[in-house]
Amino acid sequence: MSWVNAVIHGILLGGVYALLATGLSLMFGVMRIINLAHGSLALIGAYSAYELKVHAGMSPYVALVVIIPGALVVGYVLQRTLLERSLRAGPLVPLLTTFGLLIIIGNLLLKIFSPDVHSLDPGAIGSKSWRISSELSIPAFDVLILGVAIVVLGGLQLLLTRTRIGRELRATAADPDTAELVGIDSRTVYARATAIAVATAALAGVFFGMRSTFDPASGPTQLIYAFEAVVIGGLGSLWGTLFGGIVLGVAQTVGAQVDPSYFALFGHLVFLVVLVARALLEAGTLGLPARLRIPGRAAT
Amino acid sequence: MRVHRWTPPSLFFTGSLSAIVIALFFVPLVMTDSVMQKLTSLFILVILAMMWNALAGYGGLVSVGQQAFIGIGAYGTIFLGHVHTVAPFLAMLLAALIAGAIAVVVAPILLQLRGGAFAIGTWVVAEIFAIVVALDHKLGAGTGTSFIELNYYSPHQRQQYIYWAALGTAAVLLLALFLLLRSRLGASLQAIRDDEEAAASVGVRVMTGKAILFVLAGLGCGAAGALILANQLFIEPSGIFSVDYSALMIFMVLVGGLGTFDGPIIGGIVLYVIQQQLGDNGVWYFVLLGAVAIAFALLLPRGLMGTIQDRLGLRLMPVGYRLGKKA
Repeated sequence: MSWVNAVIHGILLGGVYALLATGLSLMFGVMRIINLAHGSLALIGAYSAYELKVHAGMSPYVALVVIIPGALVVGYVLQRTLLERSLRAGPLVPLLTTFGLLIIIGNLLLKIFSPDVHSLDPGAIGSKSWRISSELSIPAFDVLILGVAIVVLGGLQLLLTRTRIGRELRATAADPDTAELVGIDSRTVYARATAIAVATAALAGVFFGMRSTFDPASGPTQLIYAFEAVVIGGLGSLWGTLFGGIVLGVAQTVGAQVDPSYFALFGHLVFLVVLVARALLEAGTLGLPARLRIPGRAAT
Repeated sequence: MRVHRWTPPSLFFTGSLSAIVIALFFVPLVMTDSVMQKLTSLFILVILAMMWNALAGYGGLVSVGQQAFIGIGAYGTIFLGHVHTVAPFLAMLLAALIAGAIAVVVAPILLQLRGGAFAIGTWVVAEIFAIVVALDHKLGAGTGTSFIELNYYSPHQRQQYIYWAALGTAAVLLLALFLLLRSRLGASLQAIRDDEEAAASVGVRVMTGKAILFVLAGLGCGAAGALILANQLFIEPSGIFSVDYSALMIFMVLVGGLGTFDGPIIGGIVLYVIQQQLGDNGVWYFVLLGAVAIAFALLLPRGLMGTIQDRLGLRLMPVGYRLGKKA
């Protein structure tokens, strides 16, 4: 029964990672860049909620009303100032600048908030859970996060398919030069994509902060988990991100069930296994003799 | 017109560099232990910068996970020298080879990733090794461990040997990279960096070229890790597997000049001077490194040496070809 419990908790944990990975996936899908500072930006969201609690007495939920618009602005400005220049400077430069940001943000947070752990109060829902049996219980707050992740992914899906902004995003992602020809300003589109990505990151950061404690080192850790979710689910695919998050979450909770210190390790190993499996599939050599392979596959 | 590699400035610079390296070998005979220790840390920085530059500057591979191999080199030394009582310096050499061997194993997995995916992929590998080491009590688990076997030497002797080991490693890797870049492989590597698909279409073996650089970088970072352990005598998993090493490497290469042969040496010296001025543990130190690295990436993408080379047309190390009128 405890194994079933571990799997259910893993699925719910997948919601946290999916929420965090959404923005990473969106930016990769539109601009083909991986924002290494994504986890650090999420962490700024969490620390902002903490500050708003201390100084303005806001609950984290209310704080989101301030944080999300703020994050949209930060994302927009970040793109127009730093990332736009980086994109123009070549394929490696966005990696270098966002890695620089990761280092700067991590150390500034260390300076301002010390290495001590902080946490956000999720309110009454934090302690609520549905008990199915003596060993199996479902924490209500984790269900809430998974719900938020699904709503964000669904909302983004609608935005991309049903709105003008979404069409422009997809057109620019497919071919920025041709999109320019029909009057789409790719720089504005990129800035909108980053704004949305940073807003979802901040949202994820606040929920992450309510779910568990965080410290300045959490940014890189969450970046790695989010990235693993994106890769397991398939780079650039939105719903794949949810699937990848769930696979990663289950791997971690099952690992922790074997031994608490295996939590992160099992997640990393599943990530590597997925990479190896994908490489073998692409090479078309799953140990099968040529005549057993699906026709057409081997040709690629 | 004649195509030639050596020019008077490059002859002069290569000659001086060789002379400096030879002169440095005699430093331990006249200098104090603390000077040797500092110079050793400089050599380690230069090794790290050279290896990261080999990956990114010549292979187009941005890694933020080279700390995996630094950690393997350091903990491999502990594993052989402390747990299995191999002679200390032999253990260091073998640990570097182990790091290279592990690079051979993970290269096919990681090299199918591109750009940012490769970057974080290497980081995941580093995290895996950090966790595995932290779980092993023989290696001191999460609290760290000392390389007490080095205490069989007197402090002066020990520092001398480590100094020579670090200088020798830096010189050997520098020479290896020099020969590699001048070979046929060097030309194909730079073709890969500039345009992977175009290179592949004219028959360059892209994966092999990248794999060779990745293994060389793994080996070099492993050697650097073993030297860091010897120079500090104490390591812990969270320190030696820290992504901060990647930050240092990126800083040195961007400041010195990405894809230039001599840039990493200059970058290493710049970082060394900053460390001496600011101390290398401060929070502001890393904020400064990050900010300067971003500024260089955006405003001076060829770094100090690359900009000097472009402006003056100088090539200090003859790793390419030049056209000249000389008969």
